[in-house]
Amino acid sequence: MGRTLAEKVWDDHVVRRAEGEPDLLFIDLHLLHEVTSPQAFDGLRKAGRRVRRTDLTIATEDHNTPTLDIDKPIADPVSRTQLETLRKNCAEFGVRLHPLGDVEQGVVHVVGPQLGLTQPGMTVVCGDSHTSTHGAFGALAFGIGTSQVEHVLATQTLPLAPFKTMAITVDGELPDGVTAKDLILAIIAKIGTGGGQGYVLEYRGSAIEKLSMEARMTVCNMSIEAGARAGMIAPDKTTFDYLQGRDHAPRDEDWDAAVAYWKTLHTDDDAVFDAEVVIDAAALTPFVTWGTNPGQGAPLSSQVPDPASYDDASERLAAEKALEYMGLTAGQPLREIGVDTVFVGSCTNGRIEDLRSAASILDGRSVADGVRMLVVPGSVRVALQAVAEGLDKVFTAAGAEWRHAGCSMCLGMNPDQLAPGERSASTSNRNFEGRQGKGGRTHLVSPQVAAATAVLGHLASPADLSDAAVATPAGV
Amino acid sequence: MEAFTTHTGRAVPLRRSNVDTDQIIPAHWLKKVTRDGFEDGLFEAWRKDPEFVLNQERHKGATVLVAGPDFGTGSSREHAVWALQNYGFKAVISSRFADIFRGNSLKNGLLTVVLPQETVEELQRLAETDPTAEVTVDLVARQVRAEGVTAGFELDENARWRLLEGLDDISLTLREEPAIAAFEANRPSFTPRTVVV
Repeated sequence: MGRTLAEKVWDDHVVRRAEGEPDLLFIDLHLLHEVTSPQAFDGLRKAGRRVRRTDLTIATEDHNTPTLDIDKPIADPVSRTQLETLRKNCAEFGVRLHPLGDVEQGVVHVVGPQLGLTQPGMTVVCGDSHTSTHGAFGALAFGIGTSQVEHVLATQTLPLAPFKTMAITVDGELPDGVTAKDLILAIIAKIGTGGGQGYVLEYRGSAIEKLSMEARMTVCNMSIEAGARAGMIAPDKTTFDYLQGRDHAPRDEDWDAAVAYWKTLHTDDDAVFDAEVVIDAAALTPFVTWGTNPGQGAPLSSQVPDPASYDDASERLAAEKALEYMGLTAGQPLREIGVDTVFVGSCTNGRIEDLRSAASILDGRSVADGVRMLVVPGSVRVALQAVAEGLDKVFTAAGAEWRHAGCSMCLGMNPDQLAPGERSASTSNRNFEGRQGKGGRTHLVSPQVAAATAVLGHLASPADLSDAAVATPAGV
Repeated sequence: MEAFTTHTGRAVPLRRSNVDTDQIIPAHWLKKVTRDGFEDGLFEAWRKDPEFVLNQERHKGATVLVAGPDFGTGSSREHAVWALQNYGFKAVISSRFADIFRGNSLKNGLLTVVLPQETVEELQRLAETDPTAEVTVDLVARQVRAEGVTAGFELDENARWRLLEGLDDISLTLREEPAIAAFEANRPSFTPRTVVV
């Protein structure tokens, strides 16, 4: 019987297989950041162990880093200590690090792909759940905990329990103004935050094939919000074109050998998935969340749902608690929800296409009075590209704040936070209670919806901007 | 890792679904570089409410958390497990756990027990009506026992063995050194290295 993409990548990494034991898998790339690694390095030190493969390991600073005044000492002493701890650990164990101020610094899931380190068929791990991002290249990529970080540092392997496979087939054309973010939010709302538990998702179908690499990363990034172990997309010409010429992409004969192998990385026609979901791309519209988990979303054109409409008791209770926390009432049109903050950035939507998309809507317009808009590029490289294209000027001319690269308000570990009761439209990935700051309320949106919302001051899509037609940039 | 065989203690009901790891331990706690001292951060936002179940005098000292479905979703932060353990929890019972949280728990000796939602609710009702009622989580017999409740649970044999013995995963894997070295010797030359080019 044929195999799925995920099964092929898995099989090619089995170091040891024994009856009744989890497979031991080799890890091709281990990404580190300051938050989930200190206790792992401590463990190595206590046991007198070394990092087995420093040449397959790379670190960057992202979660804690400020996005203003980066040339000054970090004000929060605890954040500073954590960054200093990473620097000390990387120096002691010989791990390549891109610290704050370095040209390759940025959000770990933006840095790996842009360096060309993330390639098809690889196993990629990081102590961060959004490692699923790298699945966009046809890599098997997943988030791990700190104990597993230590395990990979020491052995370059992980014992892993078997997974199930789920096909998410998206056929048809995404309508104008409907982006990869709307698509993944709609998928999560359909299958639920637990719907992917135990599964590796494979996104396929004509709508997926048409997505750019960056859009594919947005989709795979949020696989974890459906509870999935990982999300993958089979590599194709789009993938190869993105990789060719990047710092760590193979060259010459290695390139040819790599592409020959990568072309085998697709689900066989006779392979069987454990579950299948079908989505009609043409039926999708801009999608936003109204609740406190990423599955609590709805089309922007609809209303806040009535908790009483849920048959399942725990879903009903979750919806009641979500509306209470979010300060919303059932039946309220989503378009009438006013915001005071707009955040464009994160490993979900902090890449150059995302910034172009938001800038194209803000160009010649202004951020509404009383709305604060933060634009935080996913990496220094993304920031430099945006500046080269003049996007920073578009943002600042519209009244948005142009910041330094990092995770920023996605999780508010640095000073970029919502105050209690503040409400944001955010291109990030999680609308959990307090995620962007204690008492803060988050609506997850696409970069286009974020920009239109900033202009109008309430949740809106570009089509709601009456003054001009807005083109959709290619690939987004 | 501390071995887990069987534990008997009082249970505390947490009637919420989709409890994400941001609720279990908010991000600002993750700046710490140790594995301990997270107990005050556990459910920090909810604990500001004096009525929150963990603040109720009658549930003080409970060691078994009986939670709603989809417990531990979201961020991979292992700090969530450390926070539960630092606070005193030995086991969490739910009808569904997020994968990464469950993996992290088992690596730290915090037992996560999956039971049908009806049984979870039975245990929640029991803890609500009689907060002194004891619940036994028996990994040897793979059984949860409390007054009026006896429920078997599944846990894969390998994970169970590691927990019962309190085995360190890294030491076990390092026994496979020859297999790892053999795999490394056969990796294709086109696979990338992080060495600066």
